[in-house]
Amino acid sequence: MIDKNTPADKLTIGGNIYDAGNAREFKTGDWRSIKPIFLSEKCKQCGLCFPVCPDDAIPVGKDQLRKDFDYDYCKGCGVCAKVCPFGAIEMKTEGEN
Amino acid sequence: MSIRERLSGNEAAATAMKQINPDVVAAFPITPSTEIPQYFSTFVSNGSVDTEFVAVESEHSAMSACIGAEAAGARAMTATSANGLSLMWEMIYIASSLRLPIVMSLVNRAVSGPLNIHNDYSDAMGVRDSGWIMLFSENNQEAYDNLIMAHRIAEHKDVLLPLMICQDGFITSHSIENIELIEDEKVKEFVGSYHPQHYLLNDKEPMAVGPMDLQAFLFEHKYEQAEAMRNAKKVILEVAEEFEKMTGRKYGLFEEYKLDDAEIAVVCMNSTAGTTKDVVDALREKGIKAGMLKVRVFRPFPAEEIAKALSHVKAVAVLDKSDSLNGAGGALFEDVVSGMYVNGNNVKALSYVYGIGGRDTTTKDISSVYTDLEEVVKTGNVGNPYRYLGLRKE
Amino acid sequence: MSNNLVEIRWHGRGGQGAKTASLLLADAAFNTGKYIQGFPEYGPERMGAPITAYNRVSDTPIRIHSNIYEPDYVVVVDDTLLESVDVTAGLKENGAIVINTTKDGEYLRKVLNGYKGKIYTIDARKVSMETLGKYFPNTPMLAAIIKVSGIMEEGAFLEDMKGSFKHKFAKKPEVIEGNMKALEMALTSVQEV
Repeated sequence: MIDKNTPADKLTIGGNIYDAGNAREFKTGDWRSIKPIFLSEKCKQCGLCFPVCPDDAIPVGKDQLRKDFDYDYCKGCGVCAKVCPFGAIEMKTEGEN
Repeated sequence: MSIRERLSGNEAAATAMKQINPDVVAAFPITPSTEIPQYFSTFVSNGSVDTEFVAVESEHSAMSACIGAEAAGARAMTATSANGLSLMWEMIYIASSLRLPIVMSLVNRAVSGPLNIHNDYSDAMGVRDSGWIMLFSENNQEAYDNLIMAHRIAEHKDVLLPLMICQDGFITSHSIENIELIEDEKVKEFVGSYHPQHYLLNDKEPMAVGPMDLQAFLFEHKYEQAEAMRNAKKVILEVAEEFEKMTGRKYGLFEEYKLDDAEIAVVCMNSTAGTTKDVVDALREKGIKAGMLKVRVFRPFPAEEIAKALSHVKAVAVLDKSDSLNGAGGALFEDVVSGMYVNGNNVKALSYVYGIGGRDTTTKDISSVYTDLEEVVKTGNVGNPYRYLGLRKE
Repeated sequence: MSNNLVEIRWHGRGGQGAKTASLLLADAAFNTGKYIQGFPEYGPERMGAPITAYNRVSDTPIRIHSNIYEPDYVVVVDDTLLESVDVTAGLKENGAIVINTTKDGEYLRKVLNGYKGKIYTIDARKVSMETLGKYFPNTPMLAAIIKVSGIMEEGAFLEDMKGSFKHKFAKKPEVIEGNMKALEMALTSVQEV
């Protein structure tokens, strides 16, 4: 794994990245200042929220049902809350209860 | 046996490209290198190469297309000149920083303005710090030979840098001269096929090229480029040695002409070197110990080697066919002089800016430089080191 | 520097083929085993504008890369240039000038500022019209300079040109004969004045 301590002669040529799916290693969840809360009792599993998530932070199980947010990657953009017709996603300032 | 031919410098470059048969050529025609893509597109139409020829709408796109092709895993080439190179400028840096061994034929010409289409090195000198290997060619033969060697240098695993082969606009690009061509099969064998270790079209290894590279990384990546440039010196010599075995024609980092016992010397590049050799011979007949050093490899700059080769002369003049407009000396002069200083060589040095915008350089002009050098040796006084050759001035 | 170096300067007008003629001369000399250079001096590339082209021919490799200021021979493809261009500038007195003209020696000496070397003339228009039916001065002028300079033997020159024409006019073989006749006629009609 290359990071900011990797010496010059251990870096790849031209900064090339040779493994796919490496965005998983870059946890963008700490960019978040507003947090989506999943209110499962209001959710009808209509399936509108997870396709609009830019960070794939709404996991969908094999049972085709969405699960709670993956906060490692959720940047708190709020697009999912906007698109939910049932008020099942509530945006709260980070740190509030 | 080699093939005795007569070709213009542009025909020579296009012929080398034909024999190399790259995967992609992307070019926009610009005077005076226009003929290179023109001849090459004929080879494409005739089926004598199986290159994908991309006729782009600008030089910026020409270099972009080469970058895309090379990153995808193809061997890409282009040709340009002067303002065409200027328009490529942004992508020139991208090509070298992505470590893509693209090969370019650059026909040296003034970057306007005011409008001028003739030979000088303001185009090449503008990209001298962009991380491209730069080889200069005295005549059509060298323009051809350098291109045949280009991919072996650029694609070497210790190098992986783009490379440009320079020659003089019109003076050699449009002059028909004798040339010894190498047989197609020999060139094919010498150049070899291109098998990059990493490339975008490799479905076994998905990769990202040119990612974000901020404070924590760009410095190290630039150092890598500098290391590759340092490595290139050795590779250039190795390839030249193999080339000599094939053709008998010897190439180094620079050519020394009667320099061994010379007391005064001129350092220059490209076609001026040929004219200077004639002058050196004439001076030698008069008993004057004149010599010449022709820089072939300008990037990487062989500072230490040049300093050593010039260490015994009493005075040296460095000829720059572009003015750095820095109020001091030309680019080649600065490189030679700083190389000498760092290596403890204290030879008296003069900077001459000459040949700007295609101003013809005659044997008389070059002779006058040697006369100036003799004067410096005699008096021990350099006077104004920043001089002009062939400039009209009261 | 080689002692056998021959330097030739061509003066013509854009569109008359002086550049082509210089390249043909380079070709012909090359084919007899010589080292050659053939290059034009690029200026305003316009139909009718005065243009200059150069040739160097030598038995040893040519290294010099500058224009020619002291030619052994000068070829003038268009005599209307004589009054506006200093065609004999630097021309060696033991050399010669070849002019496409019908003017007489007295006029030529005068307009050439009293040039003391040899002056040759040829009516390239007549040669061209009679053999090709059109005005292409470069073919007769090429033959004329070969004759005057003696840089190659006439027989070898004709033989070589026949080969070039066959190649060049592969799709129009009917013009080969006319071009060969133009060369032959030019070789005999160029004369010293």
